[in-house]
Amino acid sequence: MRLYYLCVLLLCSSISFSQICKNTLEGAVVDLHDGSSLVGATIVVEGANQAVMTDLNGKFTVSNLCHDSYLIQVSHPECQTIGFLVDVKDDVQKTFKLEHHLEELNQVIISGKAYQNKSKTMSEKTLAKEALEPFSSGSLGDALNSLSGVSSLNTGNSVVKPMIHGLHSSRVVIINNGVRVEDQEWGAEHAPTMDINAIGNLTLIKGASALQYGGNAIGGLIVAEAAKVPVKDTLYGHFASTGVSNGRGVSMTSQLTKSTQSGWFGTLQGTWKRFGDFEAPEYVLSNTGSFVRNASLQVGLNKFDYGFEAYYSIFQNKLGILRASHLGGAGDQLRAFESNVPLIINDFTYDISAPKQEVTHHLARIKGFKNINNLGKLSLQYDYQRNNRLEFDIRRGSDKFDAALDLELETHSLMLDFISPVRDEIQWKAGLIARYQNNYAANTGIRRLIPDYDKYDLGLYGIVERQLQDNWLLEAGGRFDFVHMNVFKFYRTSFWESRNYDKLFPEIVIPETEEGEFGYQILTNPKFNFYNVSATVGTTYSFGKGAKVLLNYSLASRAPNPSELFSEGLHHSASRIEIGELRFNSEVGHKLALTFQQESEKFRFYLSPFINRINDFILMEPTDIRHTNRGNFQVWEYRQTNAELYGFDMDAMYDFSEKFCFKHQFSLIKGYDRLREEPLISMPPANTKNEVVYQDKNFNDVRISLQSEYVFRQNEYPNNNFEVFIPELETFEEIDVSTPPDAYHLLHFNSSMTFQIHKKSFVKVGLIVTNLLDKSYRNYLNRLRLYADDLGRNILLNIKFNY
Amino acid sequence: MKNLKILATAILATLSLASCSDDDDLPEAIHEEEVITTITITLEPEGEGTTVTLQQRDLDADGPDEPTFEVSGNLVAGVTYNGSIELLNETESPAEDITEELEEEDLDHQFFYTIASDLDVTIDNANLDSEGNLLGTEFKITAGAASSGLLTFTLRHEPKKPNTGLEDAGGETDIEASFNVVVE
Repeated sequence: MRLYYLCVLLLCSSISFSQICKNTLEGAVVDLHDGSSLVGATIVVEGANQAVMTDLNGKFTVSNLCHDSYLIQVSHPECQTIGFLVDVKDDVQKTFKLEHHLEELNQVIISGKAYQNKSKTMSEKTLAKEALEPFSSGSLGDALNSLSGVSSLNTGNSVVKPMIHGLHSSRVVIINNGVRVEDQEWGAEHAPTMDINAIGNLTLIKGASALQYGGNAIGGLIVAEAAKVPVKDTLYGHFASTGVSNGRGVSMTSQLTKSTQSGWFGTLQGTWKRFGDFEAPEYVLSNTGSFVRNASLQVGLNKFDYGFEAYYSIFQNKLGILRASHLGGAGDQLRAFESNVPLIINDFTYDISAPKQEVTHHLARIKGFKNINNLGKLSLQYDYQRNNRLEFDIRRGSDKFDAALDLELETHSLMLDFISPVRDEIQWKAGLIARYQNNYAANTGIRRLIPDYDKYDLGLYGIVERQLQDNWLLEAGGRFDFVHMNVFKFYRTSFWESRNYDKLFPEIVIPETEEGEFGYQILTNPKFNFYNVSATVGTTYSFGKGAKVLLNYSLASRAPNPSELFSEGLHHSASRIEIGELRFNSEVGHKLALTFQQESEKFRFYLSPFINRINDFILMEPTDIRHTNRGNFQVWEYRQTNAELYGFDMDAMYDFSEKFCFKHQFSLIKGYDRLREEPLISMPPANTKNEVVYQDKNFNDVRISLQSEYVFRQNEYPNNNFEVFIPELETFEEIDVSTPPDAYHLLHFNSSMTFQIHKKSFVKVGLIVTNLLDKSYRNYLNRLRLYADDLGRNILLNIKFNY
Repeated sequence: MKNLKILATAILATLSLASCSDDDDLPEAIHEEEVITTITITLEPEGEGTTVTLQQRDLDADGPDEPTFEVSGNLVAGVTYNGSIELLNETESPAEDITEELEEEDLDHQFFYTIASDLDVTIDNANLDSEGNLLGTEFKITAGAASSGLLTFTLRHEPKKPNTGLEDAGGETDIEASFNVVVE
């Protein structure tokens, strides 16, 4: 209150002295983190004896300023006072950003700016906690799928791999709590090892513009962050449980957070999910159950100018792969494809048998930061990950119950980041990263799919942004990565010679030792160095009422992954022989993305066209039929080409009234191989989602929505069909592995209600029905579409208790 | 700042320790136990005559080398032969006899015979598994009139039992071997 009087006094004393001092400074004071208006901030103009306070909208006006430079002090009871130098020439508009820290300083500040834009010139989509809740019993990929431009490459219903603008796997970087998730993501049938319930905020960036996270995100970036913890004495948490009809399963998750006024905080979280066989409308999808467990613990100290945080999480996942998708040779494939129903349908069960996957992922990180007065914020992070992947195939003899694949991937990373103070017109950040990774493939009695290797990364980045005007921002950044790989790989002698490697790489062969005989194999020690450059430049311009344009160009480079370099054998789950190439170099993507957005009170509209040109794009295509003792198999070889992907995403929302709103999404992507002039495989078909939402905040916050999802047929695809001789039929038959399934239309129902039971605790009840009409359909991006229909109707009842 | 220093030191120490644990041992060579490299079908005539053997061999399994075929001779019209099938894994030395393994897991396996329409032979009397369903590692083959054509042996893993033939059996193909057989 004293401050207020002071302000009034100061205001009163500001009498204009001169005729030329008629300029006005107008503007707003906003929270640095979320851009929200700061009410009651004081603006003191030194040398002009003026002080004003921001109004209820965070706006202020200072008039009668001279043609001069002024030092302006902006303060707020909950923020650190900051001085700005402002040139006043004519009337000036200015937005001041303050770091709001006392009431709600969150631990994510440690990783930069909480929930703030990861890239300022590329449009990003976020899913906050509420938007993630309906997916509590599903996976990360399911939640991301609800965003335009994002699809997923599925293996059945439990392996859901996010796909951004048609690209996936090694081309999509996933950051979990500031840690780059390192799992054996090569191969389409491996999903990210993360629990969706541990995420407080999920951000998607459809490009490589956020260079602080990596330079190889040719497809895009997914950043998951933990929920904010306020700096005050409090204890809160929630418990949520979902009952799911399809799969007859249950998902339970609980979280408890304790924080203190002095800055200490701790969060404990856990999730348990168990599902049996899922069902298509007409039959049971045998052996598709899953069992997921996750626990995480986070403790830290959060002061304004220093802090630290320690985080540990363990994620365990056991999931079955559709039994009917495991096949021998081409004859088996023919039988499976010609049948309208899966060849193996058993009664419903909770048991999970081979083929199946068991994954355990440990993640630990420790991070500290220090605000250095007026210089910026320095942070240091160390993280460790251990990912163990077991894959079980249908096996024979004494190995029947043993894993066919047993990989252990360990990663250590050390990161040093520096962020300049936020008050200036020019802001920059820079960092260094060192990473060591080791992959160990145990002897399972089956040749290693991925060889043993050591990998070293060293990266360096810098990003600068300049606010040219209040409504115009420029951003540019660069990054350099050095990757060294040291690999031990057994090749079949026949393969080594057939590829001419014996002439090309005789020096990497390790002579046979006395202890172990290699038989028909040779041991090699390939060593690779990759030097990758990535860069981004972009601009954001706001104009009119709520209109904004974002334009970004990003250059991304990705070193080939182990499966692209070393595959050379039968991939059981794909029923084909896959062959990599030792001589691959890094692929380099150039992506140009434009976003136009218009946000007004009732109508919000976003249109984002993009073009992504990728040189030396690594793809796999069928090249041959190989006759083996198990029958004929198609041979798929990795090849480098130049690819071009383009398309656009559109989002529109219109509020008819306070209670009714309409949402629309449309995405179109085209992808071509520019050397062969043919379409790329597995490009998402055009799709549109339209949703009507009824919401009443005054009546238990009831929300009811009906969504229509229409997926067009993919009409552009490469023809990879092949012919084989089938002895029983005494003819050559065509095996159709390429024709996409028909278009389909699904309806989804979603509703929720909240009941306040106490001052700070409430219960939220949700009822969701997906595939409301129980429609049989097949999805082009589901690898198991060749064998079975997708999921039928699913009714989910969700109860969440917040306290 | 002091905290930060301690933290940095601790982290660096951890990292260097972790890196040091890396040893230079060469990985162990994997000898595949389940591979079937060789199928040999021995046809012994009942009474007098010459034994005929049919062999398919693929020493690099799913590697680029194609399998090789050997048919020792022709069948004699009107003669009945006692057939037996032997499976070997020759990537191991000494070669592992897979037939034994198969007979131990007899309920999970079955051999099917596919006779091309222009080849005049009949196959019957296949041996049975412990539950009385067909196993087929042993059989009788009777050569009819002079003819020639493909004779295919298919081993299915986890087929439906009993079944009405290959079309209906399901399961996965463990081995498939086709031989050009001549009856003279």
